[in-house]
Amino acid sequence: MPFIPHTPQELEEMLAIVGVRHLDDLFADIPPEMRPRRFRLPKGRSEAAVCAFFEELAARNGTNITSFLGAGFYAHDIPKAVDALAGRSEFYTAYTPYQAECSQGTLQAIFEFQTAVCRLLDMDCANASVYDGGTALFEAAMMAVRATRRQTLAVDEAVNPIWRKMLATYIAGLPITLKIVPQKNGISDLRALSDAPDKECAAIIVQNPNFFGAVADYSEVFAAARAKGALGIISVYPVMQAVLKTPGEMGADVAVAEGQSLGQPLNFGGPYLGLMACKKEHIRQFPGRIAGRATDLNGKTGYVLTLQAREQHIRRAKATSNICSNQALCALRTLICLCLLGHGGLGRQAERGMHLARLAVKRLTSLKGVEPLNAAPYGNETALRFPVPAERLVSALIDRGFAPGYPVGRHYSDMENVLLLACTETNTPEQIDALAEAMGGLL
Amino acid sequence: MKTIFAESVPGRSSGFFESTAPSAAQMLPAGLLRACPPCLPECSELDVVRHFTRLSHLNYSVDANFYPLGSCTMKYNPKFTEYAAGLPGFARLHPLLAQLGRGAAQAQGALRCLYETERLLCEITGMEAFTFQPMAGANGEFAGVSLMVAYHRAKGRKRSKMLIPDSAHGTNPASAALAGLEVVNIESREGMVAPEVLAASIAEYGDNIVGLMMTCPNTLGLMELHLPAIVAELRKIDALLYYDGANMNAILGKMRVGDVGFDVVHLNLHKTFATPHGGGGPGSGPVGVNGRLLPFLPVPRVAMGKDGGFFLDSNLPLSIGAIGPFYGSFSVVVKALAYMLRLGGEGLERVAEYAVLNANYLKKRLEDTLDIPFERPCAHEFVASAPEGLRALDIAKALLDRGFHAPTVYFPLIVRECLMAEPTETESKQTLDAYVDVLREIVEQGRKDPASLTAAPLSMPVRRLDETAAARRMALTEDM
Repeated sequence: MPFIPHTPQELEEMLAIVGVRHLDDLFADIPPEMRPRRFRLPKGRSEAAVCAFFEELAARNGTNITSFLGAGFYAHDIPKAVDALAGRSEFYTAYTPYQAECSQGTLQAIFEFQTAVCRLLDMDCANASVYDGGTALFEAAMMAVRATRRQTLAVDEAVNPIWRKMLATYIAGLPITLKIVPQKNGISDLRALSDAPDKECAAIIVQNPNFFGAVADYSEVFAAARAKGALGIISVYPVMQAVLKTPGEMGADVAVAEGQSLGQPLNFGGPYLGLMACKKEHIRQFPGRIAGRATDLNGKTGYVLTLQAREQHIRRAKATSNICSNQALCALRTLICLCLLGHGGLGRQAERGMHLARLAVKRLTSLKGVEPLNAAPYGNETALRFPVPAERLVSALIDRGFAPGYPVGRHYSDMENVLLLACTETNTPEQIDALAEAMGGLL
Repeated sequence: MKTIFAESVPGRSSGFFESTAPSAAQMLPAGLLRACPPCLPECSELDVVRHFTRLSHLNYSVDANFYPLGSCTMKYNPKFTEYAAGLPGFARLHPLLAQLGRGAAQAQGALRCLYETERLLCEITGMEAFTFQPMAGANGEFAGVSLMVAYHRAKGRKRSKMLIPDSAHGTNPASAALAGLEVVNIESREGMVAPEVLAASIAEYGDNIVGLMMTCPNTLGLMELHLPAIVAELRKIDALLYYDGANMNAILGKMRVGDVGFDVVHLNLHKTFATPHGGGGPGSGPVGVNGRLLPFLPVPRVAMGKDGGFFLDSNLPLSIGAIGPFYGSFSVVVKALAYMLRLGGEGLERVAEYAVLNANYLKKRLEDTLDIPFERPCAHEFVASAPEGLRALDIAKALLDRGFHAPTVYFPLIVRECLMAEPTETESKQTLDAYVDVLREIVEQGRKDPASLTAAPLSMPVRRLDETAAARRMALTEDM
């Protein structure tokens, strides 16, 4: 029997000790009227047959498409050593490290992950991860609501619409108001963002680069928030963070990120991980698991889960979050990836993407009627305006083997012709030429 | 062990990514750049491989140790599912591709995985539909509670109370509170939810009750015997019944939660469906609903067109919105699907049978070693108290010294010095017998020389750690 070791003889011995005759007698507490009305599942298959089934399904996905899709989720080269190390079953078949003495590997890795995240984002404390960039943004917003006892969140319209939709879903049952600060032609309106906080405002929430790829310095926005007693929350793209001004330098209180681009394959949407880091003064409001350094009875250094009085298994309804399982293995992948890249490798990935994005802009804007959406500085992703609807352009190009980017008109008015295009080190100048050629025939 | 930061050598590199792109300073204004690069470790590839391989040696894991952690279902995770989930056709697929015009045609394999998993989980639970967006069990709880709230809201009601038994996982009350609800504690009677206790709460809060969150079998390892009466009570005020799927491993093929009156259920694919726990995650917490709650599910949903092709459908006007960015922990879902296809219906039912057999066998054999508060047959797990004079914590630590992971300790909160063990179906009689022998030996040792137990563990990478001092000192990074 797959994955069940009992021999017929052992089964008999065990049933006898338990004192029942048949396995089903163990379920006497479920009376006949509560048994399944039906349970029509397929017959089991051999391992080889199941693998062949998935090979066939995987082959039906168009992963040979030349892609410039980003919108917050990016294809990057991931060192194979990440798979080899995170795939060690000592890591991936362990549970949450509640028994610290037999979980020092996981605990020290979390401690190192926290250190790496803090250094990347330039903050004091990080947790062991939350589910994704969207839930990280929500958890950060809730920290601000608790810390300020205020109920309004001012959110830049140029924050990723996927995460804004999640935020709206998560607060639907709470007495919290979202105040959206309009962007202007893909540029975050720093003036309006600075004016947004009032005495009801718990936090101002921005993203860098913003959804349209525009890079800005939000220092004055966070200073304005602080002056009104509100927190500054920023969501960043962690690869670009190797070179961009940091949340810490800008004076943010909480920094979050979708961590996918650090070591996670795109995986059709998950699992990813949310990075969260904050200033030390907000640690009591922090959600999720946190590892801390400790000493044992002999004075030897070790690691434990710490500050657990914030968490659901202790505080129940009064916890800072309901999170229990997090994205531990993804966090380990992120840590290993950062160790293998170092600041040099990460910076070069960021620069390579930026360089290719500039090549793409130059090449595509040489096509008739194509122009940049705005003149804002950008990283590895930017928005272009086309003479035709972007949705139509995308459909036509997908049939020709290109995913040219993301049409933003589905989330923003007056942007039907705008396409968001991203480059990473997985792209090549030749791909950009081929895209330009294919586009040229459609405009 | 030194941290990887302490092992860093300035100027060293793995050489993984080289490129000749211009520097950021040539492409962006100086005011937008960070003052100095982040201090990440500077290591060769071998430095990194050796560090993490050595770290891995400091862990207990299912692949190396019996791990009878109650409520966590630490069963063996078959390896072939990793192969299926890691196929490049899945791993390299951008989630937004399927949402673009003509893009769904490029993601038919992935969409079919989600569609088939939904059909199988519906058949297993008796529910009508599932969403895969929730990224873990607690996230599923939040999604489920949000669906319950949306149901009442659509009927023009503003209800605010969620009933939760005192034996529930901490995530239940935390999830209800996160959704803006007030928690009403339901006291257990004989380890179960009693209809008269429920009736008293209903008398007090009446139609302000959103519903009841139940774990069944509950965290004491007991089936809830009054389920039909509970369903009837709730129906009187149109309150909804939530099933916490943490203990689903106990009822596969023996009871379908939809058939017996549950309205909404979350499953932990990383428990029942054998996907690995990863040292704390990632999980996957799909939520199933019956027809009453289906109109409120998150979007997009995977649908099948008339031509047999799959597409993403966002046309659900009453949807609560988005719980996750896309379609949940996709590669975890693939692993669960692979597991279900391998076992089939018969194999899944066998899982519950042998999980419950192993738990009852272990319980029976430990009767004279531990104090077992409930004499009834247990489901897939059981609770026991440390014998008078001994502490659960000391027993747990002594187990570590003998190569066994400890059971869950001090949970549920309503059992004194609680040790909660869940052996799962994948463990052999020999392993269970060895565990019994070791526990007997520990209890005997504790009776003779209690101090010797408080010293445990002695053979682990560290002795007991001072958690209180750690919380006070707050060294949370290398820089604190």
